Amino acid sequence: MKTAPRGRLAAIVGVVAVAGMTLAACGGGSSSGESSSAAPAPESSSAAPAPSESEAPAEECTEPMPVNLQLQWFVQAQFGGYYAAKDKGFYAEQCLDVTILEGGVDIVPQTQLAQGAADYAIAWVPKALASREQGAGIVDVAQVYQRSGTLQVSWADSGISTPADLAGKKVGNWGFGNEYELFAGLTQAGLKPGKDVELVQQQFDMQALLNREIDAAQAMTYNEYAQVLEAVNPDTGELYKPEDFTVINWNDVGTAMYQDAIWASEERLADPAYQDMTQRFVTASLKGWIYCRDNPEECAQIITANGSKLGASHQLWMMNEVNKLIWPSPLGVGVIDPALWAQTVSVALNTLNADEVTIITADPGEAAYTNQYAEAANAALTAEGLNTTGDDFAPIVVELKEGGA
Amino acid sequence: MASRTSTVGSRAKRGLVSLGWALGGVLVAILLWEGVKVLGSIITLPFETSDQAMPHVWSIVSGAMQPEVRGSDTPVWQTVLIAAIYTLVIAFGGFLIGVAVGLLLAIVMQRFAFFERGLLPFVIASQTVPLIALAPLIVGIGNRISIGPFEWGQTQSIMFIAAYLAFFPLSVGALRGLQAATPTQVELMRSYAATPRQALWKLRFPASIPYLVPALKVSAAAAVVGTVVAQISTGGRGGIGRLIIEYARETTAQPAKVYVAVIGAVIVGLLAAGLVALLDLYLTRNLPKETLT
Repeated sequence: MKTAPRGRLAAIVGVVAVAGMTLAACGGGSSSGESSSAAPAPESSSAAPAPSESEAPAEECTEPMPVNLQLQWFVQAQFGGYYAAKDKGFYAEQCLDVTILEGGVDIVPQTQLAQGAADYAIAWVPKALASREQGAGIVDVAQVYQRSGTLQVSWADSGISTPADLAGKKVGNWGFGNEYELFAGLTQAGLKPGKDVELVQQQFDMQALLNREIDAAQAMTYNEYAQVLEAVNPDTGELYKPEDFTVINWNDVGTAMYQDAIWASEERLADPAYQDMTQRFVTASLKGWIYCRDNPEECAQIITANGSKLGASHQLWMMNEVNKLIWPSPLGVGVIDPALWAQTVSVALNTLNADEVTIITADPGEAAYTNQYAEAANAALTAEGLNTTGDDFAPIVVELKEGGA
Repeated sequence: MASRTSTVGSRAKRGLVSLGWALGGVLVAILLWEGVKVLGSIITLPFETSDQAMPHVWSIVSGAMQPEVRGSDTPVWQTVLIAAIYTLVIAFGGFLIGVAVGLLLAIVMQRFAFFERGLLPFVIASQTVPLIALAPLIVGIGNRISIGPFEWGQTQSIMFIAAYLAFFPLSVGALRGLQAATPTQVELMRSYAATPRQALWKLRFPASIPYLVPALKVSAAAAVVGTVVAQISTGGRGGIGRLIIEYARETTAQPAKVYVAVIGAVIVGLLAAGLVALLDLYLTRNLPKETLT
């Protein structure tokens, strides 16, 4: 009788101790986190000879260097090039062991990068510049998307074809920094966002537009616009057609901002080992994007094999539309066009959102981006016989099925 | 003997009755859902009741039977079921850790008054940290943890968040329970020269059960909610939270799909509640029924 409770107590203490250890492992995380910013250094010192002979990186790869890449969202064709680079062995060629970290609703890639939780991050330029202004030491090392994929979609019969036509209409937008191209377009047309147009917070889906609750909806060419074209028109019993809608493209309006880019840690870029790793990562990633340009169907399958739940036609549509945002890249894939960078910065500096706030308050200057890595990658990939500008790029034609199936 | 068989019989009968109530509840929910849709077609409600926004129950059922993506043999319900079980396992892990930590805190706080004064504010403050700030932090720290073969992954982060939400109701409830023994009873233990540990086992724990059981129920619910929300927040693969987001994106063309995932989340919650109810039966087996609510 006496020992029984003691045995139980021991069991409970055991359970608690295990739990305590789990907690301790986690509490220790912050300290191990601090040391981890230094951790790559000893690792790379073993690989220290590499930078000096960076011309032939794949020569002697005994132990691939672990690299974490943080995405903005779940696996989908938007990130096709990185998955292709991983699955087709382009990262391995560069002696990298890349782990692709998917995003979630509350994961901000550039913050994960700035906090050292990832080695590289994919982020839209305006949002990343806002983080940079707030102290995140991050640098755009490859501008993968050369064009903006954001549209404002309206019903064809609503007569909205320019930003000026949005006056007095219900205009959907996602907020959270996704609305600046729209606001800049409205401002350019002499309209005051929130005053001359009725702004409506939009959901992930396009039901509000299809139900005519709003007059114009924000949509990415590669995702939400496809969702509209995958829905059945109850009047005809067939899928909606592009002719049913009009589209405002911010690239044509001139208020487009740079979107998906590869960001690296500014602080760590002072370290030659990280510079070398960045070069290898950028080169392999861009090679992945070239592969997806030339093999969109296979890339879409790679994405699905990596766990994407999107339907096959939606996935291929996304891959094709993403290719259109990247190619052609007249200055070379991943290379930043200073004029478009200046346009992005100017819109970010001068456009007031509904709360009368701009994205950034000061020009981030030239330190916020570098073309060094993308240009070296272009040279290396051209030497491999690859076309790095995609001047002969022709998109494929994708037929969307109901529900993207 | 006779009385015992009759209790078994009445137990089975009570079980059938509660099953009937549960099924009735599902029926009422279905009728309410369809009723609101009918009402919405007659008068204007402050929310959308179209088939797009609120698909019919039968559309949801048929949506559950559809293959998840074209060409795969896996129907949606199967994916949702697997995700629900996975979510339940993580929630259970988080619940166990949360209960262990919560109990330990309660015991320490009961035993040493200065701990109660010093620790309790922090225990309460811990729950005011918004998950939106906590989740990326935990995932970020987790990315950098690997101890030997052990790698802290997203699953561990999600379980940690579940535990973080689950420990609080338990620690507060258990503390209240451990303090529930009357001064007379404590005096009695003292007169027996019982050690604090003996007093804990023989008096304080049994006395705490009426407080502990509701706390366990709240903790279990918190663990499930924490797991699903953390899966949404961090995009953790394989769980019901991630499925809800993924299917929500397909709402434009397939509005029924997301509701299948939501029903999956409800099932996880019900299973968790059922498990705690079993634990409840075990813990309260020796207590007179009238002391329980």
